[in-house]
Amino acid sequence: MTIDMSQFYQVFFDETAEHLASMESLLVGMDINDPNLDDLNAIFRAAHSIKGGSGTFGFTDMTEVTHVLENLLDRLRKEELVLRDEMVDAFLQAGDILKLQLEAHQNGGEVDHQLVEDVCARLKLLAGGETAVVEKTAEPATTQNTGHIYTITYTPDADTSSRPERLDALYAELGNLGRLEMVDGEAPVKCMRLSTTAGENEIKEIFSFIAAPEQFTVSPEGADALTGNDDSYGFFSDEPATVAVTDDTDAGYGFFTDVTPPDKDEDDGYGFFAPVEEIRSQVENQQGYGFFEEIKAPGPADISKPASSPVKSTPTGPIKATPASGGDSSIRVSIEKVDQLINLVGELVITQAMLAQTASEVDPVIYEKLLNGMGQLERNTRDLQESVMSIRMMPISFVFSRFPRVVRELAGKLNKQVELKTVGEGTELDKGLIEKLADPLTHLVRNSLDHGIERPEQRIAGGKNAKGTITLSAAHQGGNIVIEVGDDGAGLNRDKILSKATEKGIPVADNIPDQDVWQLIFAPGFSTADVVTDVSGRGVGMDVVKRNIHEMGGRIDISSALGVGTRMTIRLPLTLAILDGMSIGVGQEVYILPLAFIVESLQPAQGDIKTVAGEGRVVHVRGEYLPLIALHEIFNITPKVSEPENGILVLLEAEGKKIALFVDELLGQHQVVIKSMESNYRRVPGVSGATIMGDGKVALILDIGALVHIAQS
Amino acid sequence: MAKTILAVDDSASIRQMVSFTLKSAGYEVTEAVDGQDGLNKAKSKSFNLVLTDQNMPNMDGLTLIKNLRATPNYKATPILMLTTESGDAMKAQGKAAGATGWLVKPFDPAKLVEVVKKVIG
Repeated sequence: MTIDMSQFYQVFFDETAEHLASMESLLVGMDINDPNLDDLNAIFRAAHSIKGGSGTFGFTDMTEVTHVLENLLDRLRKEELVLRDEMVDAFLQAGDILKLQLEAHQNGGEVDHQLVEDVCARLKLLAGGETAVVEKTAEPATTQNTGHIYTITYTPDADTSSRPERLDALYAELGNLGRLEMVDGEAPVKCMRLSTTAGENEIKEIFSFIAAPEQFTVSPEGADALTGNDDSYGFFSDEPATVAVTDDTDAGYGFFTDVTPPDKDEDDGYGFFAPVEEIRSQVENQQGYGFFEEIKAPGPADISKPASSPVKSTPTGPIKATPASGGDSSIRVSIEKVDQLINLVGELVITQAMLAQTASEVDPVIYEKLLNGMGQLERNTRDLQESVMSIRMMPISFVFSRFPRVVRELAGKLNKQVELKTVGEGTELDKGLIEKLADPLTHLVRNSLDHGIERPEQRIAGGKNAKGTITLSAAHQGGNIVIEVGDDGAGLNRDKILSKATEKGIPVADNIPDQDVWQLIFAPGFSTADVVTDVSGRGVGMDVVKRNIHEMGGRIDISSALGVGTRMTIRLPLTLAILDGMSIGVGQEVYILPLAFIVESLQPAQGDIKTVAGEGRVVHVRGEYLPLIALHEIFNITPKVSEPENGILVLLEAEGKKIALFVDELLGQHQVVIKSMESNYRRVPGVSGATIMGDGKVALILDIGALVHIAQS
Repeated sequence: MAKTILAVDDSASIRQMVSFTLKSAGYEVTEAVDGQDGLNKAKSKSFNLVLTDQNMPNMDGLTLIKNLRATPNYKATPILMLTTESGDAMKAQGKAAGATGWLVKPFDPAKLVEVVKKVIG
């Protein structure tokens, strides 16, 4: 019977990726001094599952790596070895290699064999390095200590022969067990002698990952070798069955009772502990029926025949209870399909808006039904849009999950003790944003670690816990997602930043508020690090971070207190595709203001508007004087109203600053589909995008951050 | 009536492969994701054969076998262990727990069907 194994590959890939991710997070979270046995077991199981799966599906390169990985893990979880930091490093490295191999299998490609061998060698060294110590402390008088010499013959298949590195890996692994000598043999058969304290089965196990049982033989030299099976667990030696086991070890299977000789012919990787006919009759009895005549025990011919014809499935009764399997309730869809869906829904939203606009002009009495239908269409469109958008939503843990490792490695490099806390990993945001967020967040975390968190001795001197804390948090706030990178480190040094700014020739006002000082670190080429490390401090980074965040339609704020810590707050729209906006009219033009930035709208009294010499106009709103910006002046259009007291002021808040935007009129609130200006035209200052309104006209979406900057300059 | 098999493995790919293979061979297969799940499913319905992995979270294969053997309905039901460890120690443990036999991983689908046929026809 042939089954196309490739149909299971995708599941294997997904599953293995999951295993690798969980391995990594467990490893990173592992307390070296007091490793959690459950975690070790979980890591072992993950490696074990990958090994089993990769062996079954024919990805032998991964099997080789997981095999050595598993050996070391097994010794750790049995507490034969003590976990050390370099082991965790080696595990992480092995995980990386496996990831590469997995990727290579998925997308085609090769993994550098040198890398693979390096990590295998490293793992073996770690597993073997302490073996001696353990054995010394272990009770003596185990039969294991007497060495044996085995003669091994191995006939590699064509595939293996063509890849000598596999043979090398095999030899290396055998060499690990003891002293390996190559003996001349007729090609292609490889003959070798291995003197080792290990048992025959261990040797076979090594082979079984690259060769079928008929491809190799392992036979002990000398009589005493037989007693040397690597059985540290002990046997039920009084049971006659043991004999069967020893007899059948060759084949990796055996029968424990009443074994009939024919079974010995098989060299299959399975066995039964009881005679088959007995089992079968038990099965039949259990089913409530049986045969009067004795069931014929399977003869040798019977057994050695491969099962080629599937058992005919008999019609099952009405009670064909097929329980739901494994809870596999997700399907995989390509991202292009989802994006197309989102685009189409976007168009649908626009069409719906156009219809709504047209319908608003008809007589509601005559067209009542039509208008009812329009109302429903609007609701359904909005629901559809939300559902479709949610397809692209992913929990932010996809980005957060990489940081435990980043922090661990960096902290090790910088000799700092750092604990990473994550809050709100389940917060969802658009997949596109998640991908773009990874780099800026990494910069921020690295910065916090390098510049923020002090060395343990400094921290203790400052009365703090030697271990610093970096907190990553995510939460929804209205239509935004707020991501914070906080540390309890030294905080930003105002004087240092200011002197650096002077040095760099950045103009700084006297008595500049802290908030503005912090923003200076986003200037290109700005770095306050005394020493440029390979971690950060080269001054590329923060400006890029800021630019990236802005490109995503978000903003970044810093709050910091000297000696207490620094907090970077990133605010992003939930999605790149849709925006809740307010449409406003100026002259003949319609613009969209993102709703998230609007504080309030008001019509000012004449006395509230003041002109400050050289600073333009300001408006007095409840004790605050806010800069007043006339939109028609910025875009150079002729307004319908020229005096603020006759128009509307929209108070906007961005980057911690408020401005009052003077417009002709407020038109309404919409959900607008954002069309990029850059990809369709070019970047326009003061404009973050465009959208198509219900009447088919294009309206520009204003970039509030840029307007605030205009107000300041 | 098709023979029923309970396949217990924490690896979804292996489970799918086992399940698909046995279903293609005409068996009715129920999947369980670990020993605990397997035990629950075994208790709610009777099976002609149980195939179980050894290394699993929550409950491992050996514990599952011991538990099944302690359940009246499963005193005599064949139980096969799927294991990567083919050492005698594992076999002894398997036997002590009450397993009927073992099948070494990695195995190919034809082998699986062959073994299962041998046990339950």
